[in-house]
Amino acid sequence: MKLNLRIWRQDGPNDSGRLENYTVENVSPDESFLEMLDELNEKLVSEGKEPVAFDHDCREGICGMCSMFINGEAHGPDRAITTCQLHMRRFKDGDTITIEPWRAAAFPVIKDLVVDRTAFDRIIQAGGFVSVNTSGNTIDANALPINKADADNAFDAATCIGCGACVATCKNSSAMLFVSAKVSQLALLPQGKVERQERVLNMVEKMDEEGFGNCSNTGACEVECPKEISLDNIARMNREYLKASLSSEK
Amino acid sequence: MSNSALLKSSLAKKYWMSITGLFLILFLIGHLAGNIPLMFEINRETAHGFNEYAKFMSENPLVQIVAWVVKIAILFHAVDGVLLTMQNNKARPVKYKVENANANSSWFSRAMMPMGLLIFAFICIHLVNFWAEMHYGSIPTYKVRGEEYRDLYTVVMKFFGKDELAIMWISIYILGMVALAFHLIHGFQSAFQSVGLRHKKYTPIIEKIGYAFAIIVPLIFALIPIVIHIRVNG
Repeated sequence: MKLNLRIWRQDGPNDSGRLENYTVENVSPDESFLEMLDELNEKLVSEGKEPVAFDHDCREGICGMCSMFINGEAHGPDRAITTCQLHMRRFKDGDTITIEPWRAAAFPVIKDLVVDRTAFDRIIQAGGFVSVNTSGNTIDANALPINKADADNAFDAATCIGCGACVATCKNSSAMLFVSAKVSQLALLPQGKVERQERVLNMVEKMDEEGFGNCSNTGACEVECPKEISLDNIARMNREYLKASLSSEK
Repeated sequence: MSNSALLKSSLAKKYWMSITGLFLILFLIGHLAGNIPLMFEINRETAHGFNEYAKFMSENPLVQIVAWVVKIAILFHAVDGVLLTMQNNKARPVKYKVENANANSSWFSRAMMPMGLLIFAFICIHLVNFWAEMHYGSIPTYKVRGEEYRDLYTVVMKFFGKDELAIMWISIYILGMVALAFHLIHGFQSAFQSVGLRHKKYTPIIEKIGYAFAIIVPLIFALIPIVIHIRVNG
């Protein structure tokens, strides 16, 4: 099939950027979205033009790199997938596809479709860990009894790949779904309970400092999340934070 | 830090939004209960009953305190909303060229600010129409057993029934209630989520109650001026 692409091109962080039109031909419905872009880039390179910069790594839906806003939705029109898992059979011959980078003050564009998501790393550094002494006397995790429901909820939260689709989708560029998933996966387990108060206070403080917006509870993040992280986590973070700010001495 | 966390942080702003919102929901129930008699048949008993209620509301010291708390809650809720919106706009300085927001959220959940502005404008108009009139205007009075009553009932009947702008006022009141309904459909259940009250069993019930509340309460409010107009002119 033949497709018309409108792709955001931006030379660098300080360039104002613009949408540019491209045409790709002989696109197979079996191709992935990223393979279609690879073909476009091969064509651009052979014509001596600058290829479109986009992030990608594992191409199997677990690394969370392929950040793209496709036709007005994070990772395109399908649910519970990343861009690399989106296939061209989802589109029709002659379709126009608009591709934009994630839009958030906290995720500045580096080039074209590539954004800087290190704000997420800094939030994790602020508290998204457990301080475990690894000098040889570590307790085997399986030796700790954990309620099945808690283990399941913690695991569901831990499937978050930090792709940033929640921020990209949220009308406020809020990072609540990401932060709450990271707060939840640790707060639910015995290993994480020791530092739960400082953790939630520090991570939320960092999240605000990085310039993410507030939560309006529209639920858009949950719908667009490739790992189907639930709004239950945001409610849990709200509870954790309320308790921590009332009782923590910090 | 925990002190500033409960005032300045993103989550704290949402807690205040939620608490003031839930308080204002309670106020709506009280306000509706007090004004439903305006829809009753027009006669001297209805009129005096309503005027007695109005006198109680404007003179009882406890009611006065609650009335000021309501006004402060409205202002707090509005200012907090403006602050949140300003931060949210700053969090996305460059907008998308193509955005299919309807694919993942309802329009009214995204329109809390515009609906809130309409409601705020409505409240200002409503206060000028009746509250200011009751406190500072010249309302005719009458005496029953030596006690003086201000005849707010007749003022309301004239306002929605005989005033030359009655139809315009009724339309404004209906519009205000439509905005309130959409604000509440999202706001009612959202207030519980913001303070972390979410539960597999109870949240679906809260959502249903919220939906029913958001439709029934503004609907009855909107019916009051319509029923008055029909009764006065029919």
